[in-house]
Amino acid sequence: MNLTFSPEEQVFRTEVRRFLSDSLPGDIRERVRLGRYLRADDHLRWQNILSEQGWLASNWPTEHGGPGWGPVQRHIFDEECAAAHAPTVVPFGVNMVAPVIMKFGTAEQQQHYLPRILNNQDWWCQGYSEPGAGSDLASLTTRAVRDGEHYIVNGQKTWTTLGQHANMLFCLVRTDLAAKKQAGISFLLIDMQTPGISVRPIITLDGAHEVNEVFLDNVRVPVENRVGEEGQGWTCAKFLLTHERTGIAGLGHAKQALRHLKSLASRIEHRGKPLLTLPSFRQRVVKAELELMALEVTNLRVIAAARNGSAPGAESSLLKVRGSELRQELSELTRRALGPAALPFFPEFLHGEASLDEGLAQRAAGSAQYFNRRKLSIYGGANEIQKTIVAKTILGM
Amino acid sequence: MDFALTDEQRMLEETLTRLVADQVSPEQRRTLLNAAGTETSALWRTFAELGILHMPFSEDVGGLGGDGTDLMIIMQALGRGLVPEPYLAGVLLPGKLLALTASSTQQQRWLTPLLEGEHQLALAWQEHHARYDAFAVSTQAIQRNGQWLLTGRKDVVMNLKAAATTLVTARVESGKLGLFIVPAGTAGSTMHHYRTMDDQSAGDLTLENVTLALDNCLSEDVSNALSEVLAIGRAALCAEAIGAMETACDQTLAYIKERKQFGLPLAAFQALQHRMVDMHLHLEQSRSMAILAATSLTLPPHERDYKIAAAKAYCGESARFIAEQAIQLHGAMGMTDECYVSNYAKHLVMFDHYLGDSDYHLETVSERLEVA
Repeated sequence: MNLTFSPEEQVFRTEVRRFLSDSLPGDIRERVRLGRYLRADDHLRWQNILSEQGWLASNWPTEHGGPGWGPVQRHIFDEECAAAHAPTVVPFGVNMVAPVIMKFGTAEQQQHYLPRILNNQDWWCQGYSEPGAGSDLASLTTRAVRDGEHYIVNGQKTWTTLGQHANMLFCLVRTDLAAKKQAGISFLLIDMQTPGISVRPIITLDGAHEVNEVFLDNVRVPVENRVGEEGQGWTCAKFLLTHERTGIAGLGHAKQALRHLKSLASRIEHRGKPLLTLPSFRQRVVKAELELMALEVTNLRVIAAARNGSAPGAESSLLKVRGSELRQELSELTRRALGPAALPFFPEFLHGEASLDEGLAQRAAGSAQYFNRRKLSIYGGANEIQKTIVAKTILGM
Repeated sequence: MDFALTDEQRMLEETLTRLVADQVSPEQRRTLLNAAGTETSALWRTFAELGILHMPFSEDVGGLGGDGTDLMIIMQALGRGLVPEPYLAGVLLPGKLLALTASSTQQQRWLTPLLEGEHQLALAWQEHHARYDAFAVSTQAIQRNGQWLLTGRKDVVMNLKAAATTLVTARVESGKLGLFIVPAGTAGSTMHHYRTMDDQSAGDLTLENVTLALDNCLSEDVSNALSEVLAIGRAALCAEAIGAMETACDQTLAYIKERKQFGLPLAAFQALQHRMVDMHLHLEQSRSMAILAATSLTLPPHERDYKIAAAKAYCGESARFIAEQAIQLHGAMGMTDECYVSNYAKHLVMFDHYLGDSDYHLETVSERLEVA
């Protein structure tokens, strides 16, 4: 056994690092570094640069225009992006709906949608959760009724991330009331411009407009926009949940957060000495360091297994639980490190264009990020759901 | 980056796992424990025949040149079966120190028979007031009239009773740490034997003007070698703990699937399912740390010791968590000596007391924490 990257992988890392240093616009890097929210244009500018480089679709095979990277390269790429304060690629198109279209879509769907994703022509969002269907996703009630060559869709989706910028929605809808609950679901691609769709912002506790409610009122969707067979939507959704989850631990983000925390805590003073020397605080940082070391090796184990062809199944649940817990702990320690400076809240700076002097700007995001990171243990299958998945699939309970 | 075992390593794992399953049932373990310190067991002789004892030693001292992964495989298999044979204390630690410090004559006298399973040794590094600090040694060694004189006391020397000779650390006149061969029964040495909480054979060794020939001194500056050997021992202990954690988790899972209350198996209750998953999470993260430790043995000492301290601290806390949950999920049965998992639980908790506990190793990590 060995834990070192091959010479080729190290060369690749250097190449990625150089690209990021040359190509990531300084204003975007600064916005990410300070924990400010990105505007739609920031995302697009960066994703166009990645697209031009051929690195936007990091998980796509070459035949669809991806770089054909394996899991190790993707891991290195993610890690370097986080270290360089590059924005996370908005995943709904390139990482989520695209693999479903590749796997279950028709040739026409692939030819139409995949290049548009690759060129950032479409901004996709996700229509999964509903007010009455969160962890129990399969109980969703958004209804699609066949009317000739169309479905007429009625219902409500929620927690639709960045839906305010999106022009396309992939959506789970119920097409058969009589079938068993998973079997009555279909997967539709919906143009957000279609009459009957309205989007309402949900402001989260950190003041951010990240998620939305999407209302569908007699929305006519062409039947050709269905992916897979009618009733096969749950299969598509499940495929999406098990596909390429080696990055789910958020390791690059956790590493970056720990670096930031240690740097912050050695600059902030407590009774004339760096905060990092305060035993009770330092102990928690040390424990986070240990957890990160363990998580990194666990992540590499899953990546190595994926490289050798085994699909990461329930192991990704382990990564998700421990990764989200660690990132939450790091956000908690960062907030605590700030002391009284954690109290001032500058939403116009964090979410908008307002400027702030350097000292305040450095510390402005700590508390908001702490609250924002609570989502990590809730989204993508709450940690309790992940534990139930492990209990059932790995432990056979 | 590669986590796969080689064909040889898979064979080693299979062979040893089969042997342990065959030879170390709860009853056989009891017999082995009762016989400990009297004569070499058949199992130990089989270890020697299979090359298990030779594995972690380099070819130039008659070993098989195994690496950290080979050692991990062995220790994990021993941990899974809760094998009471003193592989770590009787062979690995003293043998590795001999390999690093002994002259070829000394090696022939002590190391060669060790690898052949003809005798066992012990390493006395721990002292009463030093807790886990191997370098806070007050045992003195002075050279007088062409002889060494040793005076001091060593605590909790593992495998002391069975050892043909004990390697003893002592402060020499230069202020450095020396290492000495003190054969069993040497005049001036007295032993007080006992069992540890987890059934291992151990003892205290008192030395009062123990007179030794000059060539009983292995080294007058053993610090670096001792650090290296303790690092190997800690990595080995982590691997052993992984094996014991695996079995503790397996037995607990099997029990809660079988045991019924309120008309349902315990495994049907979500609170217990999630607890079981927490145990599994601790196990998998600790396994990663044990792998990190096993693959760090060849790094420069500073980096090696940092990673191994991190692993030992991490595994120590996970081992205790898994032990406590294993008892809890077995209910009152888990409190009994008869319920085999209680033996694993004891070993997993006491694991933290061998070669430095979590607090000790967290301090090491803390002292060396890198700040960007």
